[in-house]
Amino acid sequence: MQPLLQTRGLTAFYGSTQALFGVDITVQAGGITALLGANGAGKTTTLRAICGMIRIAGEISFDGNSIRGMPTESIVRLGIAHVPDGRGTFTDLTVEENLRLGGYLRPSHPELAADMERVFGYFPVLKQRLRQQAGTLSGGEQQMLAISRALMLRPRLMLLDEPSFGLAPLIVQEIFRIMRRINEEEKVSMLLVEQNAKLALDLADHAFLIETGKVVVAGKAADMINDEGVRRAYLGY
Amino acid sequence: MDLLIQQIFSGLATGSIYASLALALVMIFNSTNHINFAQGEMALISTYFAWTLIALGFPYWAAFPLTIVASFAFGVLVERLLIRSFHNAPHLSLVVVFIGLLLAFNALAGWIWGFLLKEFPSPVRNLNTGTPLIAAHELFVLCVTLGLLAVLYIFFRFTTLGLAMRAAALNPTSARLVGIRVGWMLALGWGLAGALGAVAGMLVAPIVYLDPSMMIGILLYAFASAMLGGLNNPAGAVAGGLIFGVVENLVGTYLIGHELKLTFALIVVIAVLLIRPAGLFGKVIVKRV
Ligand SMILES: Nc1ncnc2c1ncn2[C@@H]1O[C@H](COP(=O)(O)OP(=O)(O)O)[C@@H](O)[C@H]1O
Ligand SMILES: [Mg+2]
Repeated sequence: MQPLLQTRGLTAFYGSTQALFGVDITVQAGGITALLGANGAGKTTTLRAICGMIRIAGEISFDGNSIRGMPTESIVRLGIAHVPDGRGTFTDLTVEENLRLGGYLRPSHPELAADMERVFGYFPVLKQRLRQQAGTLSGGEQQMLAISRALMLRPRLMLLDEPSFGLAPLIVQEIFRIMRRINEEEKVSMLLVEQNAKLALDLADHAFLIETGKVVVAGKAADMINDEGVRRAYLGY
Repeated sequence: MDLLIQQIFSGLATGSIYASLALALVMIFNSTNHINFAQGEMALISTYFAWTLIALGFPYWAAFPLTIVASFAFGVLVERLLIRSFHNAPHLSLVVVFIGLLLAFNALAGWIWGFLLKEFPSPVRNLNTGTPLIAAHELFVLCVTLGLLAVLYIFFRFTTLGLAMRAAALNPTSARLVGIRVGWMLALGWGLAGALGAVAGMLVAPIVYLDPSMMIGILLYAFASAMLGGLNNPAGAVAGGLIFGVVENLVGTYLIGHELKLTFALIVVIAVLLIRPAGLFGKVIVKRV
């Protein structure tokens, strides 16, 4: 079966420092793929590369077509929703405005309203916060808003950059549970970046482990959880 | 008492002109952190354009909207063809570009239309408003600018495109991630700023006469108004313009005479900025991590 997303020999630079040294990853349609690695390994850079946010060399294909060199706005139009590092919420705008912006590419009113209701099905708390400035939400609520904003695009693929970052364990569990529901009910594939490997491997079906800008281990999530060597060398638990 | 009311009203009218141009400055500043020093001269070209249409025999009410549309296109073109290529240039080189544009547009206006004062019509000059206190043109100025501000408010607050322009200004990276073409939003901002400037120019020209130096003073006032209200706050800039217009007029009439009113107004601005560096209504953003 043709993968939904595939990168081949992805390299990227920040100025003269190289951050990626030929990253090859594959995301199958319908599944959740985890991208693991220590701080500074190049996870965020890989997501940025996929979204056209930095200049790269190598090949990226989505649904069999090359998206390399396309501007971010056009990549988004293909149905790739990125919940970036730091959440990318419009903190000065209200929750409702953030959600409306998420649906910017399909601005028809009845559709937007229906999509918002669908999103509130996953995150009911946002409905009570509609008129509130997004910057005043709690960290967990902001992460929920960021995921909801991405859902409003009706994406085929979601890129999630450390959704657990800075949140209390209970909230993280809740958000991860809802992410599984979203994956199943919306039929949206996910590429999940995490430093917390245990958490990500429990949710994902495939995983890639990167170290200093290169994939060092790839395989089924279940196999990686059980591989003593991988666990000790890379995952630290 | 009558004189006081008249002076306040007249101050509000000129103030609303400053407010329009101040809003044009804020619109570009908010999305790029640049002050378009050429905004006044772009408005000057727009006003000459309107004057030419009228001289060619167009009725005022055709020339007015035509000029607004043309100025919008002019603003978009300047951004797309020129400013865009300086996107990653250091801040100071853009300042040089803006000052260069100011001089170029000013010289262009003088070259095409000459340096003689030209009379610019007001559609209401000969109408009787029924109230002797209020000059008809001032009433017209207030109605047009308040109407314009209301339209802009509705546009930015309630339309998807307006929301997208705000999003692009607040956070371009996130805006791209929801599919907004940020480059075009900037160009649209330039277009709206150009249109606002055109209105300011056409409204002030009947009061001060049209010549190539007409907008220099107005730009200074607009700039001061925007600083007073807070450069990042559109509503503040409008309030700043109105306050400025009224204070300037009252002080000119009652305290120090009209020659010194610009000086006095600028001193007020400096005093406010010393106490509140973000301006009277500079935005304080609530943030929590
Ligand atoms: N904006 C940037 N400018 C310069 N270097 C960067 C930038 N972002 C990341 N890097 C560097 O690139 C490498 C990979 O970073 P990143 O992709 O953020 O790692 P991760 O997300 O896995 O923690 C690191 O060495 C980091 O220091
Ligand atoms: Mg990261």
